[in-house]
Amino acid sequence: MVKSKKIVCRCEDVTEEDILHAIEEGFSDLESLKRYTGISTGPCQGKSCMLHVIRILSMATRKDVNEIGITTQRPPVNPVPLYILAGEKDES
Amino acid sequence: MKADVVVIGGGVIGLSTAYYLAKSGVEKIIVAEKKYLGSGASGRCAGGIREQFSSKPSIRLAKKSLDMYERLSDELNFNILFRQGGYLFLAFDEESMEELERDVKLQNSLNVDSVLLEPEEVKEIVPELNIDGLLGGSFNMRDGIAFPFPVVWGFARKCRKMGVEIRDFSEVSDILVRDGTVRGVKLGNEIIGADFVVNAAGGWSSQVYHMAGLEPYNKPVKHEILATEPMKPFLEPMVIDLTAGLYFNQSMRGEIIGGIGIPESPSYQMGSSLEFLEAFASRVTKLMPKLKGVKVLRQWAGLYDMTPDSLPILGETEIEGFIQANGFSGHGFMLAPIVGKLIAKLIATGESDPLLEPFKYDRFKEMDVEPEHMVVG
Repeated sequence: MVKSKKIVCRCEDVTEEDILHAIEEGFSDLESLKRYTGISTGPCQGKSCMLHVIRILSMATRKDVNEIGITTQRPPVNPVPLYILAGEKDES
Repeated sequence: MKADVVVIGGGVIGLSTAYYLAKSGVEKIIVAEKKYLGSGASGRCAGGIREQFSSKPSIRLAKKSLDMYERLSDELNFNILFRQGGYLFLAFDEESMEELERDVKLQNSLNVDSVLLEPEEVKEIVPELNIDGLLGGSFNMRDGIAFPFPVVWGFARKCRKMGVEIRDFSEVSDILVRDGTVRGVKLGNEIIGADFVVNAAGGWSSQVYHMAGLEPYNKPVKHEILATEPMKPFLEPMVIDLTAGLYFNQSMRGEIIGGIGIPESPSYQMGSSLEFLEAFASRVTKLMPKLKGVKVLRQWAGLYDMTPDSLPILGETEIEGFIQANGFSGHGFMLAPIVGKLIAKLIATGESDPLLEPFKYDRFKEMDVEPEHMVVG
């Protein structure tokens, strides 16, 4: 059976319904919405979900995407193991 | 437009103050936040809450705050994900060990149940730690962590229900003072009259002092922090390596959240550095080799609102009605409930609680102050 649930953020398992609910609760700016729902805080750091979230937020609030803006992309670009940052060659 | 109180800063300190003001019957309260709620240090901190400090005024205040955190989810009817796994301080050098010995003695005299630990006892609490070179530690099982954003949102939601007007994305650009008394603020293009203005602007509080014509003692200093991928829960306490200035804990989401102190000059700069990642990774992988393969997901930074003695500035100033709740030097989140409550009491009743006395703005002019040493990260 195909479920009607639309997953927007796969890392954190957040659905479109979750996002719309959060916007209704008043988390209607992108920064607050990100932190309330957890979208874009998983391993992909928003690379697969952020644009969808902006589209949903734009439709729900009738604000232009330019007005909504985008959250700060935090380093590193991809997840990096601590042993590499510590300058070690092999994981023990 | 006229308000009884305008609170500058929509972080945990400002919102806690507004909530307790509303609770004590003050009617017209406005909270002005220049960005989103919790966008400053409140939403950038690690969420630690502890009683283990090195000075009497800090310990007394922190103890009351922790009492309040234990009941805060109920008070706000909002789950703040509070968990008491303790704070474990580690000393790898003589000076740090002496600090812990002094502090535990003082803490015990003020009814904080912290204990000194031998290295083997440290290992019993966190078996994954590498205790090579460890001289000892201290532990207080009542200390804990909460998830900062729900604390901000919980206070904000209650505030709104009680009629507090919260204006996010609204910046105060000036404070109106006449005859040594606060008259109001300029918020956007609007002049809002007010009997009291609370400076709860955290890292930006020195700018707010300037608006009222007062000389600030506060300086903003960048502190970096990171989050790893989530893991199955295994780490109960917040671990602090006092020698290296490193801390880390495991959040309720399973991520390791941690930081390490790197010398920074005062500025509003909040950029992320590779130097920080390397310093944290080098130390944490030695301290807990199990973490070597764990991936860093993101890093960010926030501002410590530092004062000359690393203690907050709380209460009245020579400008009547201009109230301070800033200068927390990295400890604002953990002190927010009690500070909000006491500042609200001061405004609503005119009564300054004895707990606030050591934190007066004018202490830097009048007396020799004993600095707080337990500033980490």
